[in-house]
Amino acid sequence: MIEIMPALTLLFAAAMIGAAFVAIRVKQISIAILAAGLVSLLASVMFLFFAAPDVAMTEAAIGSGLTTFLFFFVLGRVRGDKHD
Amino acid sequence: MIKRALVLLFLFALGTLFVELLLNYTPDTELNQTGRYYAEHSAQDIGTANITTAIIVTYRGLDTLGEVTVLFLTAAIVGVLLGRGNHKGKSLQRKLPPSGELLTTGSYLLVPLILLLGAYVFINGHLTPGGGFQGGAIIASAILLMLLTDPLRHFSHSLIAAVESISGLFFIGIGVLGIFYAGGFLDNRLLPLGELGALFSAGVIPIIYSFIGLKVGAEFSSMLVNLSETEDT
Repeated sequence: MIEIMPALTLLFAAAMIGAAFVAIRVKQISIAILAAGLVSLLASVMFLFFAAPDVAMTEAAIGSGLTTFLFFFVLGRVRGDKHD
Repeated sequence: MIKRALVLLFLFALGTLFVELLLNYTPDTELNQTGRYYAEHSAQDIGTANITTAIIVTYRGLDTLGEVTVLFLTAAIVGVLLGRGNHKGKSLQRKLPPSGELLTTGSYLLVPLILLLGAYVFINGHLTPGGGFQGGAIIASAILLMLLTDPLRHFSHSLIAAVESISGLFFIGIGVLGIFYAGGFLDNRLLPLGELGALFSAGVIPIIYSFIGLKVGAEFSSMLVNLSETEDT
């Protein structure tokens, strides 16, 4: 258990950087929004690793939940007819 | 060209800064003075099983009041900016594609459960991880799900405003009562501390956190409802 934690943390950190890179490079906006939400989701798991469940809950609820859906909502409004 | 070079230079400087931090990092073997005080005293002085809640609601209660105020200002500004001049278009004329069967049926099942989880999180803020802010955000996500299912659904602005103001008033009121009947502003020993780990314990913390949860949920919901009711131009 002690040995597996640093490796898992590194894996999640690498995945976060990858998702963040996807979010800024990809052409389709919807995929970029999903990737940005994934960064938040992975960040909340990282907070859980660092024994901060309160921060992890906030990050999961606001960062990956509300913001992602808010972006989709606004995207739908901006595009008008084509929803999501 | 020179812009690109500047960006690269900036990234390099940032990188060296972080590498420097990482190389000089040595994990603490024990808590620092403030942390030790909180860890040793919060269980007996405040009576919360969750130390983070003791810090947020009682030790640093004034900061929480500031955070709630900032959130209130944000919601108010969103309301002022978006609520202007869309009263004539109350009945939205635009045609919307019907949301799918999956979303509609799923929201009937999920919305009550999400609301229940949000209420659970802020009522148990002094026992389990989470609290007013997290619970409020969870409640707002239930409202968002309802809005996604039916964008034309009408939410009562006056109800949201009433919930928001009443919980704000009670939060401040309990804090002021603490000055007269307990140790100071936002002191939780207004009610008996009770038994550590019970639902009705830790003085007024569950009550304060429930009001914070309602307030935060109402603020987020009012932002979402305002965004949803804005007229396309």
